[in-house]
Amino acid sequence: MVKLNVNGVDHQIEADADMPLLWAIRDIIGLTGTKFGCGMAQCGACTVHVDGEPTRACQTFIGDLDGRKITTVEGLAGKVAATVQKVWADLDVPQCGYCQSGQVMAATALLTANKKPTDADIDAAMSGNLCRCATYHRIRAGIHEAAKRLEA
Amino acid sequence: MLPKMMQRLAQPVLDAKPTRRRFLLGAAAAGTGLAVGFHLPGKRAAANSGVAPAAAGQPFAAYLTIGADGKVTILSSQFEMGQGAYNGIATLVAEELGADWNTIEVQGAAGNVKLYGNLAFGGAFQGTGGSTSMASSWERYRLAGAAAREMLVAAAAAEWKVKPEEIRVAKGILSHPSGKSSGFGPFAAKAATLPVPEKVALKAPKDWQFIGKSDLKRFDSARKANGTERYTIDVKLPGMLTAVMIHPPYFGAKVKSFDATAAKAVKGVVDVVSTPRGVAVVAQHMWAALKGRDAVTVTWDESGAEKRGSDAIIASYKDIAGKAPQAVARKDGDTEKAFASAAKVLEATYEFPYLAHAALEPLNAVARMNADGTLEIWGGHQFPDVYQAIAAGIAGTTPDKVHLHVMKSGGSFGRRAVFDADVIAEAVAVAKAIGFKAPVKVQWTRENDMQGGRYRPAYVHKVKAGLDKDGKLIAWADHIVGQSIMKGTMFEKGMVVGGVDPTSVEGANNLPYAIPNQTIGLTTTEVGVPILWWRSVGSTHTSYVGEAFLDEVAAAAGKDPVAFRLSMLEPTSRHAVTLKLAAEKAAWDQPLPAGRFRGVALAESFGTVVAEIAEISVDPRGGVKVERVVAAVDCGTAINPDQVKAQVEGGVGFGLGAIMDEAITLANGQVEQSNYDAYRPLRIDAMPKVEVHIVPSTNPPSGIGEPGVPPIGPAVANAIFKALGKRIHVLPLSKGLSA
Repeated sequence: MVKLNVNGVDHQIEADADMPLLWAIRDIIGLTGTKFGCGMAQCGACTVHVDGEPTRACQTFIGDLDGRKITTVEGLAGKVAATVQKVWADLDVPQCGYCQSGQVMAATALLTANKKPTDADIDAAMSGNLCRCATYHRIRAGIHEAAKRLEA
Repeated sequence: MLPKMMQRLAQPVLDAKPTRRRFLLGAAAAGTGLAVGFHLPGKRAAANSGVAPAAAGQPFAAYLTIGADGKVTILSSQFEMGQGAYNGIATLVAEELGADWNTIEVQGAAGNVKLYGNLAFGGAFQGTGGSTSMASSWERYRLAGAAAREMLVAAAAAEWKVKPEEIRVAKGILSHPSGKSSGFGPFAAKAATLPVPEKVALKAPKDWQFIGKSDLKRFDSARKANGTERYTIDVKLPGMLTAVMIHPPYFGAKVKSFDATAAKAVKGVVDVVSTPRGVAVVAQHMWAALKGRDAVTVTWDESGAEKRGSDAIIASYKDIAGKAPQAVARKDGDTEKAFASAAKVLEATYEFPYLAHAALEPLNAVARMNADGTLEIWGGHQFPDVYQAIAAGIAGTTPDKVHLHVMKSGGSFGRRAVFDADVIAEAVAVAKAIGFKAPVKVQWTRENDMQGGRYRPAYVHKVKAGLDKDGKLIAWADHIVGQSIMKGTMFEKGMVVGGVDPTSVEGANNLPYAIPNQTIGLTTTEVGVPILWWRSVGSTHTSYVGEAFLDEVAAAAGKDPVAFRLSMLEPTSRHAVTLKLAAEKAAWDQPLPAGRFRGVALAESFGTVVAEIAEISVDPRGGVKVERVVAAVDCGTAINPDQVKAQVEGGVGFGLGAIMDEAITLANGQVEQSNYDAYRPLRIDAMPKVEVHIVPSTNPPSGIGEPGVPPIGPAVANAIFKALGKRIHVLPLSKGLSA
């Protein structure tokens, strides 16, 4: 039995400590916004926040998370996240959308830490999140637009 | 050009002839709203009934329904994999129906080829591919919207006792100058009892409110940004089990035997079964299945395995390329004589690797056998009729008993348009192997996906060009060597003519330039590596060769690359206009800042002409960065210009990733890449700024999902020549730059 706090809710997970957080979130807790893309922290589709830090759920093990606060896209809240999500819709950033919850998690963490990221900041913070539809042009534009709206 | 060829194909292969009779849409039992459909070829309204989408578990039997609550549900014949087909179709319906955009929902439909056959493929086959979704839907869905509007108006006119022509419809509201007004809901049931108009008039382009404008945003963007959009991986059914596949280590190998003793001891593992495509570990959840998989020992029968390496395959292709082609796809004039008379002859050999689609959502499907003998399958049904038939065959039932739930997929790029139903066949086979005792989701891992074959084939081109003494291109010969995508499939009979698979030569045998003597030859090879169409198909390699080699020819002739191309194009042609627009927007005739270099390429694919100008910089270590791409596109009517731009932006990034660094290689038959560490699609730090300019057009819409891809590779390669004086003949560039 492993204890997990996800989106402010405590869960008792009946699984071994080596289960990746990704599968605990998706298959045991039943939150499907966090996606499986590669299983080895290469694509970022499974990005969640652990104590606010963007983290790859596929390479994070539930036994290591006692006392940590996990936030998935379903539990994302606050002005930065809401602005990012609104901009994503206004600019029609997503295409297939499969990577986008991970992109939104990463973008929210970036804008929380850096109010006015440059293109280079964005490339550095977001290059772990693959988008096979290559919506990168709009992801960049979206982050700049969100920064602008948050400043206003 | 694929759609045109598909028309030839569809009829003989699938034998579903359009009928002249009225097409009755299911039972009127539910009677809760209006449903509209037309028989092929979609020119005339046919019939309606009040069938609701969920009526008696039947396949959706119409193009749209309007509920008593006024909600408009559109049933899309076209599969949504990110390209925006649902939005395009909804725009066509909304334009004619006068619907409120916020009340529209689109669902994938399948299982009725007469309703959903792709009209760009001749109508007898439902499928999404060849960038045909808008071409197929252009009339069909506007007519559906217009007919529904007329029926709603007729119902309202009768109730209000006014003339139908006095009723206005906009934003989901029917209104009359007397002050009467209503939403669609109250009239939906009544409208369903009225005859479908024999003839409906479509709006004149000058009256379009939505088509040609970017006002209608994708209604899935918000869901995709907040994680609520559902894909096949998210399907969860009561009692559902999850299965992970162990595929053979070589293409063509088969399971000989396996030992599952240790795997069955893993907590959560329910069963380990053999299927025709490999061993499946069936478990309570994904993690248990993965752990169980690692504990299985499989012995493989490798007697039929392909054990060649990709280097050996390419070497054999180069050898073949130097010989006479097996088939000739195009022959104009007398190429040999022209080469003999040429003042200058250039030659080059190009090498292209296998490429993986590598969509972010690894392949998956869910199968459930119900007590009444119906089989339900949730998946990315890109070729639904094919999957229905194959699933029925595996389950031992008939296709009409197979109900497909069309899920949106996390990308595809062609990967889910397969002839053998692939993961869908696996889901049914695994469910059957456990006696259909529970619904089963087969979820491929990234490794399954990347090593699962169905690649863009490897190709070699040997190309030769001849210039006369004035620098005029008088002779062109291209010998293409590689596997045929259609050979051995249901498409072979209708499509492969005279030994030429059109997907091997498209883009090469329709060069837009006035070259008086040309020969396009093809030699089709037999290799045991499974292959498939990959976003923009033949043009992924043919356009690279055509446009990169043409740049060499222009340089040899001492001509500017844009001017050289224009000299061989009819000045008012779509190609010339598009190229000139790109050149103008990129300020081609102006010098670039120091350290910047540019290249141009022009390609037509799927009826759409795209010109791209790539601007690059080179770092001191010779690393190439694409800074900016200016694209011009003629795709006929741009239904939603912002979505056209999105597809070209994405196409540029998708194509650029492939050209820069993607390759699937095999060592002694084993695929060397298994995940995104070794197979490297483009990441954001390599994404250029992209500007897309649309050529105004009143033609019907042509494709847009794929045509942004072909020009980017040669445009970048041509810029690299300007920067480094080096011609890239071996792809990807990461290999070719050091070759």
